[in-house]
Amino acid sequence: MEKFGFKISKTRVIDFDQNDKSVAEFIYTNEPSFRLCIECGGCSATCTAGNFIPFSLRELQILLKRGETEKVKDNIEKCMLCGKCSLVCPRGVNTRNIIELAKRAFKTPELHAV
Amino acid sequence: MQFDPFVIPFNIGLYFILIYAVVRSIIWFRDLSRPDKLRLQRGFFGKAFGQSLKEIFLESLIHRKILRTNPRLGYMHMSLAFGWFLLILFGTIEADIFGEKHLNPPYKAIFFKFFNPGHGIGGFEAGYAFLMDLILLFILSGLFLAVIKRFTPKVVGMKKSTKLKSLDRVALTSLWLIFPSRLIAESLTSGEYGSGSFLTGTLGSWLASFLPAGELAYPFWWLYSLSLGTFFILLPVTRYLHIPAELFLIFMRNSGIRTGDKAGSYSEIQAHSCSSCGICIDQCQMNFSAGINNMQPAYLITAIRNNEDTSEIALNCLMCGRCDQKCPVGIEISAVRMIQRREVYTGPEFRNVWKGYFRLRNGDHTPKPNGHHVYDYLPETAGSEKTDILYFAGCMTHLTPAISRSMVKILDASGLKWSFLDKDGGACCGRPLMLAGNDKEARELINHTSEMIWKSGAHTLVTSCPICYKVFRESYYLDIEVLHHTQFIKNLIDEDLVRMNFLHKRVAYHTPCELGRGTLVYSEPKDVIRHVAILEETGYEDENSLCCGGSLGNIKISSRDRQKIAVDAAARLTSRNPEILITSCPLCKKTFSAATSTKVADISEIVAEAVIIPKTEKPPLKHSLPVAEAVNIF
Amino acid sequence: MITGNVVVVGGGVAGMEVAGQLARSGCMVSLIEKESSAGGHIKEWHHLFPDRRNSMEVTDYLARQINHDNITLLTGTTIARMGYGKKVFTVDTENGKSISADAVVVATGFDLFRSERKEEYGYGIYDNVITSADLEVMFRNGEIKLTDGRRPEKIGIVHCVGSRDEKVGNIYCSKLCCITAVKQAMELKEHLSDARVYCFYMDMRMGGALYEETYRESQEKYGINFIRGKVSEVGETIDHKLIIKVEDTLVGRPLRMELDMIVLMAGMEMSKGGEQMAQIFGLKTGENRFFAAADHHYGSNESNVEALFFAGSCTAPMNITETISHARAAAAEVICYLRKAER
Ligand code: SF4
Ligand code: SF4
Ligand code: SF4
Ligand code: SF4
Ligand code: SF4
Repeated sequence: MEKFGFKISKTRVIDFDQNDKSVAEFIYTNEPSFRLCIECGGCSATCTAGNFIPFSLRELQILLKRGETEKVKDNIEKCMLCGKCSLVCPRGVNTRNIIELAKRAFKTPELHAV
Repeated sequence: MQFDPFVIPFNIGLYFILIYAVVRSIIWFRDLSRPDKLRLQRGFFGKAFGQSLKEIFLESLIHRKILRTNPRLGYMHMSLAFGWFLLILFGTIEADIFGEKHLNPPYKAIFFKFFNPGHGIGGFEAGYAFLMDLILLFILSGLFLAVIKRFTPKVVGMKKSTKLKSLDRVALTSLWLIFPSRLIAESLTSGEYGSGSFLTGTLGSWLASFLPAGELAYPFWWLYSLSLGTFFILLPVTRYLHIPAELFLIFMRNSGIRTGDKAGSYSEIQAHSCSSCGICIDQCQMNFSAGINNMQPAYLITAIRNNEDTSEIALNCLMCGRCDQKCPVGIEISAVRMIQRREVYTGPEFRNVWKGYFRLRNGDHTPKPNGHHVYDYLPETAGSEKTDILYFAGCMTHLTPAISRSMVKILDASGLKWSFLDKDGGACCGRPLMLAGNDKEARELINHTSEMIWKSGAHTLVTSCPICYKVFRESYYLDIEVLHHTQFIKNLIDEDLVRMNFLHKRVAYHTPCELGRGTLVYSEPKDVIRHVAILEETGYEDENSLCCGGSLGNIKISSRDRQKIAVDAAARLTSRNPEILITSCPLCKKTFSAATSTKVADISEIVAEAVIIPKTEKPPLKHSLPVAEAVNIF
Repeated sequence: MITGNVVVVGGGVAGMEVAGQLARSGCMVSLIEKESSAGGHIKEWHHLFPDRRNSMEVTDYLARQINHDNITLLTGTTIARMGYGKKVFTVDTENGKSISADAVVVATGFDLFRSERKEEYGYGIYDNVITSADLEVMFRNGEIKLTDGRRPEKIGIVHCVGSRDEKVGNIYCSKLCCITAVKQAMELKEHLSDARVYCFYMDMRMGGALYEETYRESQEKYGINFIRGKVSEVGETIDHKLIIKVEDTLVGRPLRMELDMIVLMAGMEMSKGGEQMAQIFGLKTGENRFFAAADHHYGSNESNVEALFFAGSCTAPMNITETISHARAAAAEVICYLRKAER
């Protein structure tokens, strides 16, 4: 069964300095529009997958940026790549490429190893 | 004189390439699937053989298709290929008739002049020599164009000459040297012996007038032989492999072999058959609207041949299919690209044992099923209320409510029994995942939606989205009629189920890629439009239609580059100032709406506007605010 | 006193103010307005933020400003051509007049974003999706009602419609719509005391004088609710209720809400008239398509053309206060220029 990405977290704070942000770095390099997100939630509101399950692309993006990758890893595949998110994003974030790159990064860790 | 050491390089090259061709064909044949092997065998002894010969003559030698799209480029290819062919053919005959004996080794024909220096002085011989000179001149004229093209790509109408790698450069140089060195060698020999026709004879006697022709000729014969030998030896590792590869391609295609969805001999042969002519680059809006020049088939194929990582460029394509239909070699470009996309997730692999000469095909990287499901969160489909017509708006249509609203109005007006499958949003149809190369995941969505469709008991499925339409038709197992809403409306009109007013608007129609080149629905939308408005030509009709730029096929393109393509395409489509730019895809509509000041609408909207509601229907609520102008879309 | 002929293009707030100021300094002013009367957008607005005074008070002031012998008001007039030579402009109007001027002030203002361009919000498709401008008309008529005549009980206000949105080609913030939303929300409550009002925002941009105070007042006294998330889609239920899709980004979960009425805070765009002026006079425009002033800091009234000045929101979104100040500054620039030219 899926665990929906919820783990008992070690600490309450985001340990920003310790967290591994290499996946985010990998995405920044390959898809610069990853930086443009303003957390408006437009993508997650319209999301086809989010219609069925708790799945927020906005949240997954910010978690990646903070290095909280566990939840992203467990959930990113649930996206259907339908493209509605990129159609509503007011910042022109290329959301599908971010998903594609994140999936690739999790599958092939060599790509972003520090 | 029977032999001279200078022919050795040529001989080595020639025998090498012949042996190589045999070995390579055996490998290719061995790698074919069983059915494809049978197809090829049947093709070889059947009608396909004749067809292939004809096609080889027309396409590989004459280059008819290139001639049509781009006469200068075509002439260049033709003069080199057909000219060389003629030179070999007539050279062999020449050696056979005029040589010391019949059935000579090939070098005797190629270096005929060297072995028969006094030949061609009078009578029939002179006529034949004239012919040979004419052929040589024909080739040299093409070569001249090729040289100009390499340095000034504009001349033959290409926007950008394809990039070269270093081995190609050596091969290219040797190719370029072949005919000029032959010209000079023959001329010098002719000059010495007072033979030769209008070209070699004239040039020869002129050269001989101030040069020691006899002594100089020999090194040029060496150069001629060396450049031929070098060219043959390098052939398999350069792009010039396309010359022999295309022959294989033609035979295989005529035998009924197609690309399929996995890498194999056929996709490999296709990749090697690309002549880098660049016609695909000219067709590509990524190139001419957004200035992106690294992902077109010519480049993708080069990257595949060189075993480079193609993950970025393979995904950076609109999959609009504009290039596909124009490739003069008939490479199934989109299918080849899809193979690369499917391989992205499996990552590059060590595949280069005999680097170059025995590049093996990209291997079978299709992921093995592992029982892991990603969309098992989708709810069980409940048995729904039975209906006749099932309307599936599609994800994108939820962002263009004017379309779904219009369809509701039209469906209601038709009096048919229908229901709205994804009124509150459904799962994605699966096509975007397929386009990204994730077939396995797409299959899960397809199964989910299929089940919903089965359970509805409908006999017709209507969708507003060409992307959904394509996947419903091609990848779903449905035993019901699948229609795009343009086809459905056409049927309603034909069966007199809806009546419409004429709107007296001048409109232009944009054919969406997935509906046009994707599923060949060209005429129905236009027929429907002609019922309600005055349809004007755009200059980009049917298979020449443009991509709106919004395509889901491209995962990599930035939104700014998309916008460039959209603005350029919209400007071209509205250059004759139509009142409305009509399309039949929610994504096209959305993309164009943000790219032009011309009104953009879906066919369903103008039909809904024109439709005469049967009397029994109660009229829809009217907006009572002083914003009437905005409320009435038209 | 100073002499000179000045053409002012645009009879909105900025144009009227600049014309009045110049006339009082002695210039002869031709005030050109394409509509049948001067006044601009403010005519259609009922109350103004942040103090919610009646816009009539401002239009009355402006009417007094242009009530001067030196001002010729040419309504229903647009400019066809323009020539400049020997320090004199020749301005030809579409209806055949030719005016010569020593200086020109462009005060072409803004256009409201046409909300039907944001199709997913359903303006022009669903009943009861209206814009901020439509709501002002309702306020003026004194009645807030749905198309079927009922009073709305649940109203959503959507921020940033046509602003801060790459998808419609406007990446800038219109600056006034957040405070307009707050003002309209409070007024809605005044009209419909038991209605519930929700503002859907991406950021609350409360940068002007008394804006934050008004925001606070709207929460404290009027109970306005604020939800942080960009509305992605509006739909309709079978019983004609509007349904909004948004992510409550602060909770991190999607939120669905049924509403009776949705008010779209339409943003400001470079006006069509301004675009024509840019063509006719060869004026530079910026990335946001508004006129590009010669200098952001100390030359916001100057253009790239000699003796041609900008006034008001044709250079960037501005509120009334800023517009009037900018117009006065433009008048000062013109006077300065004419003085120099005299010498
Ligand atoms: S592409 Fe994925 S994240 Fe974006 S809307 Fe579709 S399902 Fe959601
Ligand atoms: S819609 Fe765009 S800006 Fe908004 S949260 Fe999603 S990615 Fe970020
Ligand atoms: S893919 Fe076809 S069109 Fe493109 S360069 Fe190769 S041969 Fe030419
Ligand atoms: S499919 Fe379209 S975008 Fe892709 S390479 Fe061909 S023409 Fe270009
Ligand atoms: S002022 Fe507020 S509503 Fe207007 S554009 Fe800026 S942030 Fe959006």
